Amino acid sequence: MTTVGQTAPGTTLPPRPSDRLAPQPRRLTGIRTPDVLALVGALAAAFSTTGLLWTQIAPFSGLIGYVVMTWGLFVLFYAVLVSFDQNGPAVRDRVVSVVVHSLGALVLLALIYVIAYTFFRGWRALVHVNFYTQDLRTTGPLSPLTQGGVRHAIVGTLIEIGIAMGIAVPLGLLAAVYMHEVPGRLSRLVRTVVDAMTALPDVLAGLFIYATLILFLRRGFFGFAAGCALAVNALPIVARAAYVVLRLVPGGLTEASYALGSGQWRTVWNVTLPTARSGLATAVILGAARAIGETAPVLLTAGVSAYVNFNPLSGPMMSLPLLAYISVQSPEVAEIERGFGAACALLVLVLLLFVTARAIGGRGPGQLTARQQRRRALGSRRDLGRYERYRAAAEAAEYLEEET
Amino acid sequence: MGSGGFAQDEPISLFPEPEPFEGPELAPPQTPIKLTSRLSASDYAFRAVARGGGVLVLVLMVAVGAFLAYRGAQALHRAGWSFLTTQDWNPDGGKFGIAAIIVGTILIALVAIAVAVPLAVGAALYISEYAPRRIQRLLISLVDLMAAVPSIVFGLWGFFFLEWRMTSLSRWINDWFFWIPLFKVNGVTRNYTGPTATFYTSSSFIAGVVVALMVVPIATSIMREAFSQAPVGEREGAYALGATRWGMISAVVLPFAKGAMIGGTMLGLGRALGETVAVSLIISPIFVIQPHLLQNGTSSVSSTIALHYAEATPFGLSALMAAGLSLFALTLLVNFAAAVIVSRSRSGAISEA
Repeated sequence: MTTVGQTAPGTTLPPRPSDRLAPQPRRLTGIRTPDVLALVGALAAAFSTTGLLWTQIAPFSGLIGYVVMTWGLFVLFYAVLVSFDQNGPAVRDRVVSVVVHSLGALVLLALIYVIAYTFFRGWRALVHVNFYTQDLRTTGPLSPLTQGGVRHAIVGTLIEIGIAMGIAVPLGLLAAVYMHEVPGRLSRLVRTVVDAMTALPDVLAGLFIYATLILFLRRGFFGFAAGCALAVNALPIVARAAYVVLRLVPGGLTEASYALGSGQWRTVWNVTLPTARSGLATAVILGAARAIGETAPVLLTAGVSAYVNFNPLSGPMMSLPLLAYISVQSPEVAEIERGFGAACALLVLVLLLFVTARAIGGRGPGQLTARQQRRRALGSRRDLGRYERYRAAAEAAEYLEEET
Repeated sequence: MGSGGFAQDEPISLFPEPEPFEGPELAPPQTPIKLTSRLSASDYAFRAVARGGGVLVLVLMVAVGAFLAYRGAQALHRAGWSFLTTQDWNPDGGKFGIAAIIVGTILIALVAIAVAVPLAVGAALYISEYAPRRIQRLLISLVDLMAAVPSIVFGLWGFFFLEWRMTSLSRWINDWFFWIPLFKVNGVTRNYTGPTATFYTSSSFIAGVVVALMVVPIATSIMREAFSQAPVGEREGAYALGATRWGMISAVVLPFAKGAMIGGTMLGLGRALGETVAVSLIISPIFVIQPHLLQNGTSSVSSTIALHYAEATPFGLSALMAAGLSLFALTLLVNFAAAVIVSRSRSGAISEA
């Protein structure tokens, strides 16, 4: 086999390692059989051991305890099985991988389950058309689901969130622009206070408005107060999120604008805000989605009613989260289902807002949609045409000058 | 304004020849030239409006805190230091304090954080490091959506689904860890065979678990964002040195995102301290310090406000304001601690390469 040995008989070669012992390249991708076997084996062992403990040995009971124990034993057995043919770091890696996967699955399943459970319980209320077209003015707790609905709460929620956003969005955006554009001690103070107020518990915003507007004006609960309470809650959130978005606008763009001779106002209006538009829209919509589901401020300020009220300035105004909160405390089955139905309607509203936010946002500053890009290309071509006309006019003038 | 169009009537050349420089040769100036910018009228107006908006927001935000303090002062003055040590809540009878409700609030929040942080770290690591690329964006959207789900939805789930299913787990913990004071339940021993479910419902533990589920998406979202920003160069360096995936995560990703992890936890803690509706649906309020997490009955500041504001006398309202002020002070403290920790850590700072 060795050609070297034949030509130079004087040299001796060390024996070559046989092919079996030569280092094999490690497979980095794909599924390896031992891994699958270890997983399945550990799972089977964990199930059997826990079953044995639960039924024969120890006086345990309950499904949650069973699952938790099975999982713990599974991780243990898996570690042992893997350690038969892997070294320390690899065993740790595998164990962490299993733990992280199961935690991720647990969180996602639990969150999805919360939503699914709400729809499951609210389904029987949601299928009736009257649930969306009627209010509860003639419906008692004992009435079946074919009577009454949550129209008054949907109307109330939309009006209240409209008022809240009407106050919070202009003020929040203005404050964000101020924090971003006008540096100084006052601006820093505003930023600190806004940061601190994002931690304001929602019930305190309600208490504040209750003690000022409701008790001071002495005209009972009314929808505008609820809008104000939600605005107090949403204002710091919107301001802070908008400030973060504004900070992402590339400095090069604004500096280019200044270098071309624009003033600050022109730069903010024509460069900074349009560049950050999609991010700002996302910030605003997510603020709205957060505010629309707040129950505590509404509970303290809007009051409870059973009829549609379009006037936010007088009379109590129902909203979806409050309706859900109050209905489910009733012992009547139909009333509880109505409460779950209201929660579903609220979830759908939040989902709509969220999808809108995703459709508008999700793009960094300066990134354009296909339509925006087409429009910009068109504008640029128009500019080119204008320049061409200027140049032609200039050449013509020069020619005429030479002629004369 | 500098943004004029081209004058239409006089022809101009687009590419004018630069005018030859005429004048004395200037040596570079020895002192830096002082640059001044003159603001135009519109800029002054813009700044004035923006400053006005900022000040308005500032005044509004300070007014909330100041108003709470002003209205709460009456009750605080009457109660004095006993406000901090009294457990009862009977403002009109003169005996009221936050000892019980603030302890309840903190215990519920601590349970929530203890449950939520491992879950959030695990979920965030899964989404940013382990999940297949194809479903990663979907998972990110899902978690962000869950962060926007109203708390009443979680409250309903906890009230109708979780509460009665948790009692067996509570019993199990109580049976095996009763020697830890927090897990003790008065009236139940391991050999107790009577019906026990009612001992365990409406406890801080169950309320904490529900709040935890509410906190998880928020914390996950923040942590995932930080994990995914860990520099690629350092990740590849760790792999090149032979690290396993966990080796890389523990050496690069987790230290990089430490600040964001603490910040996300603190933000979740702030949310958990202030949670109202879900907690008041689940707990049955008592005004005694209840250190037993698993036992029926506890109380929190926000649920006390939500349950008592309607029938409160002016003085009772003042007492509620004072309680709200203490809750606000607590959340502010948590928030500032988070801000300090985050600003001191490296989070977000990108290394060379």
